[in-house]
Order: sequence, then C-alpha cells, then structure tokens
Amino acid sequence: MSAPAWDGFVVEVEDLRIEVESQGVDIVDEVSFQIEAGEVLGLVGESGSGKTTVGLALMGHCRRGARITGGKIRIEGRNILELSTAELRALRGRTVSYVPQDPGSALNPALRIEKQLDEVLAAHRYGNSGEERRVRLLEMMDEVLLPPEGRFLKRYPHQLSGGQQQRVGLAMAFACRPRVIVLDEPTTGLDVTTQAHVLDTVRNLCEIHRVAALYVSHDLAVVASLARRVAVMYAGRIVEAGPRSVLFQSSAHPYARRLIEAIPVISGRHALAGIPGNAPRPGRRPSGCFFAPRCTYAREECTREFPPVVRIADLHEVRCYRHADVLAEAAHGRPAAEELTALRADDRLLAVDHVSARYGERQVVHDVSLAIESQECLALVGESGSGKTTLARCIGGLHRAYTGEVRLRGELLPAGARARDRETRRQIQYIFQSPYSSLNPRKTVGQIVGQPLRLFFDFGRREIDARVAVALERVQLVASVADRYPDQLSGGERQRVAIARALVSEPTVLICDEVTSALDVSVQAAIVELLGGLQREMGLAMLFVTHNLALVRSIAHRVAVMSEGRIVELGPVDRVLGQPQDEYTQRLLADTPTLEAVPV
Amino acid sequence: MSESTIAVAPAAAAEPEPRRHRPLVLLLQGAWRQGRTKIGLAIVILLVGLAVIGPLFAPYAPDKTANIPGQAFAPPYAPPTAGARLGTDTLGRDVLSRFLWGGRSVLALSALATGIGLVLGVAVGLLAAHSRSILDDVLMRGMDVLLAFPQIVLALVAVATVGPKLWLLVMVVGITTAPRIARVTRGAAIQVVERDFVHAAEALGESRTKIIFGELLPNITSPLMVEASLRLTFSIALIAGLSFLGFGLQPPAADWGLMINENRQGLEINPWAVVAPVSAIGLLTIGVSLVGDGLSRASIGIERGGIDR
Repeated sequence: MSAPAWDGFVVEVEDLRIEVESQGVDIVDEVSFQIEAGEVLGLVGESGSGKTTVGLALMGHCRRGARITGGKIRIEGRNILELSTAELRALRGRTVSYVPQDPGSALNPALRIEKQLDEVLAAHRYGNSGEERRVRLLEMMDEVLLPPEGRFLKRYPHQLSGGQQQRVGLAMAFACRPRVIVLDEPTTGLDVTTQAHVLDTVRNLCEIHRVAALYVSHDLAVVASLARRVAVMYAGRIVEAGPRSVLFQSSAHPYARRLIEAIPVISGRHALAGIPGNAPRPGRRPSGCFFAPRCTYAREECTREFPPVVRIADLHEVRCYRHADVLAEAAHGRPAAEELTALRADDRLLAVDHVSARYGERQVVHDVSLAIESQECLALVGESGSGKTTLARCIGGLHRAYTGEVRLRGELLPAGARARDRETRRQIQYIFQSPYSSLNPRKTVGQIVGQPLRLFFDFGRREIDARVAVALERVQLVASVADRYPDQLSGGERQRVAIARALVSEPTVLICDEVTSALDVSVQAAIVELLGGLQREMGLAMLFVTHNLALVRSIAHRVAVMSEGRIVELGPVDRVLGQPQDEYTQRLLADTPTLEAVPV
Repeated sequence: MSESTIAVAPAAAAEPEPRRHRPLVLLLQGAWRQGRTKIGLAIVILLVGLAVIGPLFAPYAPDKTANIPGQAFAPPYAPPTAGARLGTDTLGRDVLSRFLWGGRSVLALSALATGIGLVLGVAVGLLAAHSRSILDDVLMRGMDVLLAFPQIVLALVAVATVGPKLWLLVMVVGITTAPRIARVTRGAAIQVVERDFVHAAEALGESRTKIIFGELLPNITSPLMVEASLRLTFSIALIAGLSFLGFGLQPPAADWGLMINENRQGLEINPWAVVAPVSAIGLLTIGVSLVGDGLSRASIGIERGGIDR
C-alpha cells in the first residue's frame, strides 16, 4: 500500500500557537515552516524553547496542560487540527510517526521486541496476515541495521544497548511507511560512534522512502550533519530559518550566531563562548524581541515590538531588526582560543598507579596509570562503558572496589572517602554529571554550597555566609540565589552551584565527571569557559572526564583516551587530536559531529 | 558607571525567580487548596475539640448516674429526657457526659501509638535504605515477620499475656504499625539514596546520621505524611476496637470503644448510647483520611511540577 505521491510540501505549518491552558500564555506562537518529501528540517533551540512542543503538535498532540489555540498544520494538504480523535489516532504512527528522546523509557520493558514491532503494524492494519506482517517486520529490522533474526527479536528492551534500543524506536517509527517523521533528539545520550551510525540510518531511510522529517535538537553540530534546512527557535518563536550552509556561514540573527559559537571545534581554532543569561519562560517574556535582554546588538527599537519576518535571500528568513548589522560583521569573527601552554612543573600532584577496578564481578578498569600535574587539566575521554567514570570515582573516593595505588603528593590514599582524612577530602573535590541529581532539592543553594565549609572548617555562621557569597560570585551567580531552591534554577545555573560547592573549600584537585553532558550546547560552552577560567585562576589540577572529544581542546592540556577499561592513548592535546596514533582515537575523532564537517 | 545603552548583555547572573517557601510549606499549601483537606480538617478539629474541652461542659462526672427529674434513680437505657439529653446507659449514667469524657483516651492513645510507630518505622526504613548491605535484608525481613500477623492478633496476644495495661496497648499498636511505615520509608528512601547529592555528601565525609536525617529524610516527607495519616486512621480503629473488646480502659472509665460494648444490648431502647460513640469514631477516621488524601494529592501535584505552581 503506497500513498499517492504528494507534490508540494508534505508538512505545512502556519502561524501555530500553543498555550498553557490555565494561564493563556503562549509556549509557542507564530511558528510557520514547510517540509518537502525526502527532506529533513532541523529545528534547533535550547531547552524550553518550545521545539519539542512543536514536534508533538505535528501529531496533533500536546503535553498535559497545553493546548493548540491557533494556526494550521497541514499534512499532505489536510489540516490535522480539524480531525476527530479517531482520525488523529489513525494518523499517528501511520502517516506521522515519532521517535522519542529516550528509547529506554519509550519501549515497554515487559514485551519482547518482536511483539512491540508487531503491535505497531497490527494497530494500523499494515499487512493482512501475521505472515505478511512478519515479512515487513524482518524488512524493517534490516532497514535499521539490526539482525533480522528470531533470536534477536525474542529479546527484551533491557537486553539491548542504547543504540540498539534507538534503532528499534526507529524501526517502529518507520514501520508503516509514514509520510512524516518527528525525531526528538533521538541521539542524545548515545555515544558519538553510535550516534553517527544512527544518524546515517535516519538520513538513508528518509531519503529512500521520501519521508519528510523534522529533527528536533539542541545540538547544532548534530543537526548540521543531517538536515539541509535549519530553523532556529528561541522562546517559542522561529527567529531564523535557512539552508544549513547559509545559516552556518552567514547567520543573520545574533542568537543563531551565538549558538554556533557555542559549538566546540576539534581543530580548536576558536574559543568557546556561551550565551549569558537564560531564555525567558512562557509568561515571563519581555516586550519586543525576546532575545533583546541577552543581545549585544539590541537597540531601543528592539524592546518595542517583536521583529517581523524578513526574507534576506531565497529560503533564508530572519526575525531581527538588526540583521543587516549582524551580517555586516565579519563572518564569524570568533575569538581565537587561548593557547594553553604546556606546563613543565613535573610534579606529579595526583598519581594513579596500576589501578584496576571492578563493579561486582565485572572488571571495568584494567591496570590504568596516569598522573596529573599541579595546575594541569587532563581530559579523560571515552565512550560510555569505557570505565572513565569508574576511574574518576576511584580517585574521588566514591568507588572502593579497586586495586592499585592513588597518591596525592606522593601520599597513598585509602580507598573510599570515609577512610581518608579531612584534609584529603577537602583537597579532592568532585563535580557530578547531572546537576539535576547532585543537588538536594530540599536544601537551599546557600545550605548546599555551605556544606563543605561546615565540614572542613570551624567557621562561624557569618564567615560561612560570606564565603558562600564569594563562591557564588566566582561562578557568576548573583548572591541572592543563596536562598533559592535548586528547582528554581536552570540546568546551567544548577551546575554552577555544583561547581561553587566543589570550589568553596579551595581544593587542589578537581574531578569533573561529564559535567556538561546533561546540558544544552550553549550552556555547555559557558560552563566549560567558566571551568577553564577557574582552573587557571585558582591553579587547580583538573581531571575532566568527557565523551566529547571536541570539548577537549577548549579546556585541557593533555588528554587520555580510554577504551574498554584501558588507556589507549595519552599525550598533549595537539598531538592526540592532530595526529592520533591509536585506531580507536581516530575513529572517535571521525565520528564526533562538528560544524567543520558540514558539507557546504 | 555603566553606559546608558538600552539593553546590554548582562553577566551570566540574571535575577532568579523570587524567593519561595520551603518545600514542606508548599506541600501543606497545596493540600490546603483541596476542598477535601478543609472538610477533613474541620471534622478532626471538631472532634479533637470535643474530646479536649468537652468534659468542661459535661453535666455529670463520667461515673455518676444521671438525675432525672421526678425519678429517684435514673433507669438504664432511658431515652433522652430533661436530665439526660442523650438518655442513659446500661447503668443509668448520662450518655452525653460519658460521650464528652470518652474521646480523650481514644485520641491520645492512637496518636501516641502512631507516633511510636512513625519514629520506629522511619528509623528502621532509613537505616535499611541507607545501609545498602546485609543490614537492609535483616531489618526488612524482620519487619516482614511482624507484617505476617494481623495487627489485632498481635495486640490480643500481648494484652492477653500481660493484662490490659494502657502502656502495653500503646506499645503494641505502635510496634505493629512500625513495619508498615518502615516499608514505605525504605521504598521512598531507596530512590533518594541513589541520587548524586547523597554521593556528594559521602565524598565530603558527612556523617551517616547527618546523611540519613539531613539528606534522606527531608526528601521523603511527602510520602511519610500521607502514610502517617493513613496509619493514624488505622490506629484509631484498632485502639477503639481493643477498648470495645475490653482490653483498653477499664470500667467505670468513659471511653468510646468501651461505651459501644457496654451499651450494645440496649441498642433498641436507647440507641444514642451506641450511635454517639460509633459516629464519633467513624467521623474521626474519615476526617483523618480526608486530610491524608489531600496531602497525597498535593504531593503528586508538586512532583508533576510546573504548570500550576
């Protein structure tokens, strides 16, 4: 059954407006775009920009508490906002399908893969018999590069890797040969190598089957590798849209420009620059252009009314009064990266000798040795499961089941923080991956940041408050956040609080465990910028654990690449990124999405 | 001085959301917004008020017989008359007076028992969740053994062995309530233990007691308050039940549970002697569980977060 070829745009969105039901304030407004068959449109924005809301709207769906109150969404000419519930149900999965962000929670853990895939087909009466569906099922498995064999199909979701789960998600989405597919950050949380493979699959499937795809992401580098056209969203509006080459070479909106500058670059020609401030939430948006308060180009007229859509070139549209000035400025005059001079201190401040660690029965770190000099930043890079976090946790005293030696200034450290003395605990501080989990939601920021002071020093209350204020200032937060709770802060602000907690006791070694992986790219840039500055300013020795090779250049002096529990390559950043010796490093480099790889 | 341009990109620090109440206060506010909480609270306050200040307005002492005009001795099960507004009970005592006196014991005993259960259960549950070792199994399997017996059977065994002592009644109800609270506590705390802020506190070398009471406990107050109000409901019914069976306060003391037992033969002649305490106990449990329900709805609302906050 193949739908008659539709000429013209498969998806046409016109002046879409979505509101918070109870308050009548808009989450998304004046959103218009079109997608042709076989085309991938990238929808880029920070968290809270409304990009997922738009993605869900293509299926005629809204999250709890939100409602589509205006505009049109035409899929092959049919306005889906006028469809009945039954018609919508038939549309979803059949004509429009959705690939969610987290495949682990989107698949039913109690059903085998086979059953779940079959259910999609059966629900939409795809194929007339079990036989026919079975044929299609195996074909789908083949399309998403999963083994089309019974043994694999009999598995449960938890028996699959993250990449395989996402492939199953893709198979389910492509099962009924939809005309439109919405991909909501489907590769967030996947390793770069897995991500590269999944992206390839998506690209091929959309092209071969002429599917119109909306790819929603906060990561411009990922979008750039996939989408020919990109729309940038800010605070519920599309502020710039255009072909990707135009957008990346000569974007005309200050926000789009800042987003691009926030992307780490492997070649390291540019410094990372975050965007100061936070995107305003629905109901708290300023008058005039929503970006004006954070914009260096802003003038008086920008605060009066939201800028209209201006067509600069064919397909290139922007909403900014000052687009001409933005364009006139030298195309992406990004500041050059500060040269990180190699340090020749030659004192092994922190030494890890022949450390092997295990989780239960499984050995995850095999005989690893490395050293960090004082004032040096060593990046530890590897994919998930490479053992990099476990190694960091051994050093930080959070994982005790290891053999080998960890020494601080030549002194052997016992395993586990509790066994170490107060002074050692003060000197080694640890920052966790997710600021959503590392701050106690029932404590105020002041209590959280003050905790190390209470434990390591015998300060009075006033002294603690004063030092907390200094620490908050150091991470560029206003002192008044001290009596707020973590859930009142954005992800980037929370991570700043976690950094303040780690630095308030003036440590000598700072361990950063994937500290930016839970954050948007623009926020990541700001955090890396901040950490790098603090590391140099305070003379910290830093172990920067990350899966993102592109970040390394911006912050580290040396880099250690870890794979399957072993260090495969260790050396100065320029050498390792410039002439990688190990095959694994080469592959990682090739798979890391960057703007440099964008075909123009 | 800064330049007077209209909009300058500010430092990363923008003014955050306005200051907010503590999470516990938010929960209580959320609960208060529900009609059911208000109704429940009104019922509870009414009955607690009745029990606490009621005796001041009682026409007679609880163990005295009523004075009915024109009769030398008050007859048993007299219907409501001038000297006895709710009639008399099995021994000719004023039902109204005994009803007003009889609430204190039920309320005090069940609140005390729930309190003991809460302290024990929370301690065991938190310790088990935090230990992540064999201690967890030992404690929780111990709780399971206690859970295997119905509460009333354990209470009857204890009271039948030692005798009807009030402290024993409270202890037994408290101890048999603890395993149920321990399970809820552990279930809630086990998810908190895995969060990174607990690891962070451990890496800083925070003491175990501080981690348990400073990091874990504040994060499980919502489910605990819901469970505590549910347990209070059960304790009220259990204490009243044990009194009814004669294991609580002993005659001639006034007690709602006891009153039901003493006067059930006269149910057809003067129903007030039974209906009054029965409805009081019933209303009390309904009131407490309405409050618990309000709390539970509010905590779900807060966890969903965002939109209506």
